Amino acid sequence: MLGKLSWSAIPIHEPIPLITSVVMIVVILGVLGLITFKGWWPYLWREWITSVDHKRIGVMYCLLGIVMLIRGFADAIMMRSHQALAINAAGYLPPEHYNQIFSAHGTIMIFFAAMPLVIGVMNFVTPLQLGVRDVAFPTLNSVSFWLTASGALLVNLSLFIGEFARTGWLPYPPLSEATYSPGVGVDYYLWAVQISGIGTLMTGVNFVTTVLKMRCPGMGYFSMPMFCWTTLAASLLIVAVFPILTATLAMLSLDRFFGWHYFSNDLGGNPMMFWNLIWAWGHPEVYILVLPAFGIFSEIFSTFSGKPLFGYRSMVAATLFICLVSLMVWLHHFFTMGSGPAVNTAFGISTSIIAVGTGVKIFNWIFTMYGGRVRFSVPMLWSLGFIFTFVIGGMTGVLLAVPPADFVLHNSMFLVAHFHNVIVGGVVFALFAGIHYWFPKAFGFRLHEGWGKAAFWCAFIGFWVTFAPLYVLGLEGMTRRLQHVEIEAWRPMLYLSVVGVVILIAGVVCQITQLVVSIVRRDALRDLTGDPWDGRSLEWATPSPAPFFNFATLPDVAGEEAYWGIKLQAIESQQLAPEPRYADIEMPVNSPVGFYTAFFATVVGFSLVWQIWWLAILGLAAAYAGFVVFAWRDIHEVHVPAEEVARVDRARRAAREALLQRLAHQGATP
Amino acid sequence: MSDYDLPAAIATLRRVREDPNRLGRRGHGDAGPALGAGHGATGPASKRVIVGYGFWIFLLSDIVMFSCFFAAFAVQREATAGGPTISDIVDLRRVALETAALLLSSYSCGLSFAATNARNRLWTQVFLAITAALGLAFVLLEAQEFYDLVRNGVTPQRSGMLTAFFGLVGLHGVHVSIGGLWLATMMAQVQFKGFRTEIVHRLICFNLFWHALDIVWIGIFTIVYLIGAGS
Amino acid sequence: MSRPAPRLLSLAAAGGLSGCTGVLAPTGPVGADIATILIDATLIMLAVIVPTLLLAGWTAWRYRASNTRAPYLPYWSYSGRIEAVVWAIPILVIIFLGGVIWIGSYKLDPFRPLDSKTPALEVQAVALDWKWLFIYPQQGVATVNQLVVPAGTPIHFSITSASVFNVFFIPRLGSMIYAMPGMVAQLHLQADHPTELWGVSAQFSGDGFSDMKFNVSSLPRDQFDRWVQQVSGPTLDEAAFKNLRRQSRMGTAAYGSVDPKLFDAIAKQKLGPAPGPELENSGREASAGWSL
Repeated sequence: MLGKLSWSAIPIHEPIPLITSVVMIVVILGVLGLITFKGWWPYLWREWITSVDHKRIGVMYCLLGIVMLIRGFADAIMMRSHQALAINAAGYLPPEHYNQIFSAHGTIMIFFAAMPLVIGVMNFVTPLQLGVRDVAFPTLNSVSFWLTASGALLVNLSLFIGEFARTGWLPYPPLSEATYSPGVGVDYYLWAVQISGIGTLMTGVNFVTTVLKMRCPGMGYFSMPMFCWTTLAASLLIVAVFPILTATLAMLSLDRFFGWHYFSNDLGGNPMMFWNLIWAWGHPEVYILVLPAFGIFSEIFSTFSGKPLFGYRSMVAATLFICLVSLMVWLHHFFTMGSGPAVNTAFGISTSIIAVGTGVKIFNWIFTMYGGRVRFSVPMLWSLGFIFTFVIGGMTGVLLAVPPADFVLHNSMFLVAHFHNVIVGGVVFALFAGIHYWFPKAFGFRLHEGWGKAAFWCAFIGFWVTFAPLYVLGLEGMTRRLQHVEIEAWRPMLYLSVVGVVILIAGVVCQITQLVVSIVRRDALRDLTGDPWDGRSLEWATPSPAPFFNFATLPDVAGEEAYWGIKLQAIESQQLAPEPRYADIEMPVNSPVGFYTAFFATVVGFSLVWQIWWLAILGLAAAYAGFVVFAWRDIHEVHVPAEEVARVDRARRAAREALLQRLAHQGATP
Repeated sequence: MSDYDLPAAIATLRRVREDPNRLGRRGHGDAGPALGAGHGATGPASKRVIVGYGFWIFLLSDIVMFSCFFAAFAVQREATAGGPTISDIVDLRRVALETAALLLSSYSCGLSFAATNARNRLWTQVFLAITAALGLAFVLLEAQEFYDLVRNGVTPQRSGMLTAFFGLVGLHGVHVSIGGLWLATMMAQVQFKGFRTEIVHRLICFNLFWHALDIVWIGIFTIVYLIGAGS
Repeated sequence: MSRPAPRLLSLAAAGGLSGCTGVLAPTGPVGADIATILIDATLIMLAVIVPTLLLAGWTAWRYRASNTRAPYLPYWSYSGRIEAVVWAIPILVIIFLGGVIWIGSYKLDPFRPLDSKTPALEVQAVALDWKWLFIYPQQGVATVNQLVVPAGTPIHFSITSASVFNVFFIPRLGSMIYAMPGMVAQLHLQADHPTELWGVSAQFSGDGFSDMKFNVSSLPRDQFDRWVQQVSGPTLDEAAFKNLRRQSRMGTAAYGSVDPKLFDAIAKQKLGPAPGPELENSGREASAGWSL
């Protein structure tokens, strides 16, 4: 009846998962109780859960990403501290638990922290920068988000019911085959990633269409902000490679469920095929994360230097170059399988060629600052920290792309340090910078600068103190994923790394404090004009927070920096453009279909993990029934009357008029 | 001076006043700081274009997924582990029938959309029904093929080659079956709701989907069955 | 063939921290060549990276908003000459590194025999859950978790796995290579001097992965020959192997004689895949062989 599920699936005798799950359940029940007690459910349901507004969905993505980032960081703390305690000792985590933790850490950080944050920022920013009211498929966007949330829920469920994969963040067969991993851990991994991966694929489709087919009048390809270009590049990569992930995980599931032989190590199965397929997805995945990060930095360098981005077209070329070449480098993840010198040479060179695109970008950012007026606000600090960190990470990456060097560094702590160097230094720094930068646009007030700077310095120093020792350990021959080590000489570096983690914890505390302090002092930090950073792209033309329809009338723009031109003209002529004629707006109506789909996706995923076949079939049938009901809806759009549009836009214009008067009054205008 | 006072914008205007020749101005794009309303690109595309375009992108991703299964088949083609080879299991007569059914269904699907464009509900439904019938015939023939194979002990558990064979052909079969379910739903929608804009958009997508399945089948027919039978 | 220069450089590069365990303290020709490449490639890149970082820091500081003496160029966003340089620098670096990659990949191909007058010692290595089996086909003996080699003699490893993927890695000798079921990887290494080393599996292979280490003794030739004579123990035939390949952690062991066809049977998967763990609870795997 319940497949493999029974009471013994709950880890009663293992204190760490038990306590963690109990605490998590208590926290979740507490939050749900508070919402119920305060009567917030109708508001949450109406304004957030069923919302198809790209800004709301973006915020929810970021929230999910941050919660999972903390969960993944908790895993990281356990790994670093355990390893420091397991030098010629047992440590405090037995292997079967330690292995789950590093597997969960990687899975969570890539799929459920970095991806939601990147996609969240993409969601929030792209339509605003393109000067349009929403993405191409708003309801599909909501489905994407809730599917990602469903995957995250399944990962967390595994803590409490059953176990998570012990096979690393990529479940390499034959280890992940039913013979060597008979538990449900790998199945949890497969279905969590599969469900969220389908959500991501839909996001890719959505954003390719949005960027290519929905731009405000006057915005040609070469006048899109750089972030939109990187969104496009990342979305194209998603469309190109996420189906590979779907296919590969489906094949592994077939192997595990039915004893098929895609990757098994007998009867003609081919485990190496998994490595090729998964890295054909996996390496572009890195660029799906880092290209939007580059886009964020491009916006920040330009805004805070008070200059247009240097070499815009060169940047576009470099972005598309990276996008293309990233599809041709996957084999560098297994130079040491003995593919032969010709293959290794080809992939080694193609890998290092990517550094050309990245190098061009770095130089262009530097020349963006050249001749500027650089303001060292928090986003700019993250960006400068990024240049330093990422350049070093890039160097160690190119080092790993040299096959003979990889012959001694593959799977070592050097590698671990390298990919944290580029993903933390590149992606995570960008996300923190981006969140600080666009926060006022989402919530109407800025984040506290002082606590933000403290958080930056803790993260920056903490990062290097944590990971520089890992580079050294890698050169000393320490390989990754060791549950215990016997080499006494590694002790100082392992301890130093824990010191770094403590500094990083201080950074997290600073971040949380920053948020709390900012909320408490939100009136003092209020962004009244909608242009808190002296920005250059269209999102700063809207009030903060932006109305749900973004723009009262779609802007008609020219040039590479749409808003900059409008702004300078307004200041120069001391007046805003004449008031437009407001018209009714039609916005997509809220829809529960995303939540509904994800609910049944979770049910189906859970029942497939435990092989409760009848429930899986029931869940699929219910999901289909839901789609039919949704398809039968008669109302697809809500009308926003012209008066309402005019009211909102006149308030915006009044704030801008006040700003112009203030500037004139200060004698600031030339 | 805080960022709210637009320091860069003010400094830029000052600089432009001081330096009317705008030394060091940008090398391309519009030069002036004071840009009026521009013209060029015409704004967001129509919903019909957006829906069709998005669905094309989705289809491309679906084809990438199929290509993985094709790749697996190519890799594992010789991995028979002492079991039957691909030429042992191909029954070209049945495959010819399957192909005929699927290609004809695509033709009638195209006719149904011609009727849709003429907003003719009866003929739309008739051709969609023919499409469904032919699609069902295809799925039944494929099910019969699988049943015959499994009855003779030719199962995906037997070898890597058979895994890849059942996986690739089966994935296409699943696609056709889901397409059939979608088709039935669309017929009901057309019947009860008529040719509303969003329903026509869905019919466009369905048409694209159904034709794409044909294209994939041509690949399977050639690479798995024809080349398989000849080897 | 040991080269003192890279060793000195390596110590400098690692700040003296790499001690005597690491890949920058090689004790064989392969490791020495790789260490040279590591350091060369790093230096090539540092030659560009250090000026770049200095330029970044200088630019950010010089053009800080409070420095009104620096010129403000609000529309300066393109320069054909700078673009050309900006693309040229990374391209030149990569062309240079491409040469290193090309030559290095061929020269240090793990399948390529070492240049040496001494005939190579054959060793067949089998990755098991979770121990290493070393078969000496020329000597007809086998060991577990203990590799003994003559110093100054090239060693030709034929490496396979009886269960999941592993990586055969002795950091101070150089290249690692995957041990994969159904495939035989070749690796050529050499220890220059008599010394004690250690090796590991560098690819995660399950719960006992961290214990998958082995001792490496490099002995003078005569001592090695004596060691071969001393090896005693049961015969490693199919039955013994099937017993050995079950999941376990273990110390060292030795077999006095070996079925000569055994390695071939393992590599061609004639014995079927090795068993995995037993399920203890519903959905929760047993922790095989773990004891505190």
